[in-house]
Amino acid sequence: MGQLTVAERQAGIMILVGMAVLGFVMAVAGADNALGVHGAWILVAAVVGVFLMLDRYLDPPPNETRLSEYYDDPAKAGVVFAMMWAVIGMGFGLWIASLLAWPELNFDLEWTSFGRIRPIHTTGIIFGFGGNALIATSYYVMQRTCRARLQDPLAAWFVLLGYNLFCVLATTGYAMGSTQSKEYAEPEWYTDIWLVVVWVVYFVVYLRTLARRKEPHIYVANWYYMAFILVVAMLHIVNNLAVPVSWGSDKSYSLFAGVQDALTEWWYGHNAVAFFLTSGFLGMMYYFLPVRAGRPIYSYRMSIISFWGITFMYMWVGSHHLHYTALPQWVQTLGMTFSIILLVPSWASAANALLTLNGAWHKVRDDATLRFMMVAAVFYGITTFEGSFLAIRSVNSLSHYTDWTVGHVHAGALGWVAMISFGSIYAMVPWIWKRERMYSPGLIEAHFWLALAGTVVYVVAMWNSGIIQGLMWRTYNDSGTLTYSFVESLVAMHPYYIARAFGGLLFLTGALLGCLNIYLTVTRLPLTEAVSSRPPLDCEAAVGALQAAE
Amino acid sequence: MKPELDPVSGRSTTGHEWNGITELDTPVPKAVWFFLITTFLFSVGYWLFMPAWPLGTTYTKGLLGDDERANLTAAIKAATDERGAWTRIVAEREPVAIMADGDLMAKVRESGRTLFGNNCAMCHGREAVGGPGFPSLVRGTTLWGDTPEAFAETIRVGINSGHTDSRTSQMLAFGRDGILTRQQIDPLVAYVRGLAQQGSTTGKQLDEGRQLFAANCVACHGEGGEGNRSLGAPDLSDGTWLYGGDDASVLQSIWHGRQGHMPSWDGRLSAWERKLLAIYLVDLRGNPR
Repeated sequence: MGQLTVAERQAGIMILVGMAVLGFVMAVAGADNALGVHGAWILVAAVVGVFLMLDRYLDPPPNETRLSEYYDDPAKAGVVFAMMWAVIGMGFGLWIASLLAWPELNFDLEWTSFGRIRPIHTTGIIFGFGGNALIATSYYVMQRTCRARLQDPLAAWFVLLGYNLFCVLATTGYAMGSTQSKEYAEPEWYTDIWLVVVWVVYFVVYLRTLARRKEPHIYVANWYYMAFILVVAMLHIVNNLAVPVSWGSDKSYSLFAGVQDALTEWWYGHNAVAFFLTSGFLGMMYYFLPVRAGRPIYSYRMSIISFWGITFMYMWVGSHHLHYTALPQWVQTLGMTFSIILLVPSWASAANALLTLNGAWHKVRDDATLRFMMVAAVFYGITTFEGSFLAIRSVNSLSHYTDWTVGHVHAGALGWVAMISFGSIYAMVPWIWKRERMYSPGLIEAHFWLALAGTVVYVVAMWNSGIIQGLMWRTYNDSGTLTYSFVESLVAMHPYYIARAFGGLLFLTGALLGCLNIYLTVTRLPLTEAVSSRPPLDCEAAVGALQAAE
Repeated sequence: MKPELDPVSGRSTTGHEWNGITELDTPVPKAVWFFLITTFLFSVGYWLFMPAWPLGTTYTKGLLGDDERANLTAAIKAATDERGAWTRIVAEREPVAIMADGDLMAKVRESGRTLFGNNCAMCHGREAVGGPGFPSLVRGTTLWGDTPEAFAETIRVGINSGHTDSRTSQMLAFGRDGILTRQQIDPLVAYVRGLAQQGSTTGKQLDEGRQLFAANCVACHGEGGEGNRSLGAPDLSDGTWLYGGDDASVLQSIWHGRQGHMPSWDGRLSAWERKLLAIYLVDLRGNPR
């Protein structure tokens, strides 16, 4: 609040009043369904927000010297949100993993049935944890690589808080049974529209800061963040085109039907993997890995070829989710072949990251933060190879609908997305809070090994389970009947489901240690002005200070 | 900033710098070009041979003329023909003749186990031993008969299923609907359990129970509690309890009534599959595992 000008404070209050009105309208119009519940929450939250802002409305206006410093408050809040959602999302993940092994764990309640809490897990992780980590790091990275202060502090806060409101509406909607039933696009129409508003503002904030950059070139991390923001907007809008039953109902029906709906959904679904879970996190990697390693990027040219390869090729591959379905075979062919070509730019990115570490491998050995990023790049390589492999039709005929897919996704989500996020957050936290270092390197070390062990246990369990499932479902006996009934395949899965839940428990435990470590860093370590934002590299400017233009 | 030489790699930087990050001017490794070209050429070849690119209202069919729908149809036909060698016999022969044929029964047992596992096990259990509310198919009396024909018919029409020929079994909720009071139901429970030589009852309770039974239950269950198959009323004296034979369960049955449900498999399984399942069950009853 102290950083907002009086005009920004007024605008903020106006926005909150507007949201309060909107919440009231929603609460009245949708009194008998989730729309009304959410409207009431928005009303209450907005009114509380107005009072909080009024309470500090008369604080002295911010000092002009602030403009010579980076604006990291939203990034700080983003880190806190990301870690909160990590614990929520992984907690729900552990719950549904346990539910699959011990089905009575839903306590016979409708709100906790598998179909409702499974999307809470996926949304909590992908959008809650991943999205907040992306927004927080993008705010940090764009300022440093543009050498420009974040434009529009109010808009930056609007994006962050609005985005978290989206996450809350989405996940609580599922618990109430409100869903579009599209995987990874479950939120209903009003929640989707809200995300569009937030996302457009995010795009504008990013562009305006980029436009004011003092560097002649745009760093590769920014290409990836931009691709992430732009393409996710496109995917989200197209896939969620729907007609609400009425303005007072949370229920809507998709504009598409049948196989067109399925293809639109998986065009969205796979590009969400590409541009949300890959592009954005590659942006993260391209900043934090070289800074932490103190090494130049291995090859600028490889960055270019990888970026355009990934951006162009991913657009085609969604149809590999629909092999051997009603989708015409030629669409499947295109999805499969582009998936195979896609492996090359993907591996080039992973190689670019790992080769950047040449000359810094001793740091990888000693520094768990950098090791998080290194292992993330390795898992990125493993997962993209596996993805291209599973996209081959004949392989897919074995793997499709089995736990192999689940294992593949988690090799990516745990091994790549979460590891690069934790590595980046551990690097960034001391820089934005102006502490000398993280409170406990030992806790980071423990987190690293818990995360790695959890990932390996999880993925290996699912590989085994998935391949066994796939084989059991296609084994015929001499009389020409399937040898195993479906129930028998479930019995065979049981030990792997227990192992998977155990792997998830390890991973969650690591994330909790991370929360503790961040908390201790912020509360126990003294402020230091001498911290460099990139300790391993020589740099004239102190943290937070803008360097003079060249 | 000018390009600088990186001592570790011996490469020069590009001359760009962002907050300390620089990039080396390393050329794209030959392996990257090689695999980009190789995977692209593979794709071009695949496109030539398989259905690939859209052309307005049609698409390139590919030199192999591959069509996954045709493949699937052919595969299903081939498998059906191959199985037809023995499934035809199951469809045509009398159950007794099938059960006398050892080789055929081996196939019936093998296929029956999977069919049962995928269609029946979720209620009756994988070994068909049932559970509360779901009868054991291998032990005790069966409500609708245990001949192959009776089993096949139950599978076809279901119980209270909505099928036009459905078997029906409706027991009134004597307690809930106020036909009997709790004071009346207690001796009735004791009497009903006594019919199956279960529980201990005093003479007075037994008399009271007998009178209540005669007034309320005999219409369906018969005077001795022997049941009536055409009404779906089970034999109460044989020691087989569909919903449990302890005091609490019998009380529950009388208080709330029972309207058990089994779906109809008519239209879901073919006639020979239903017949095979029926024979599988009769065989299982004769040789329980």
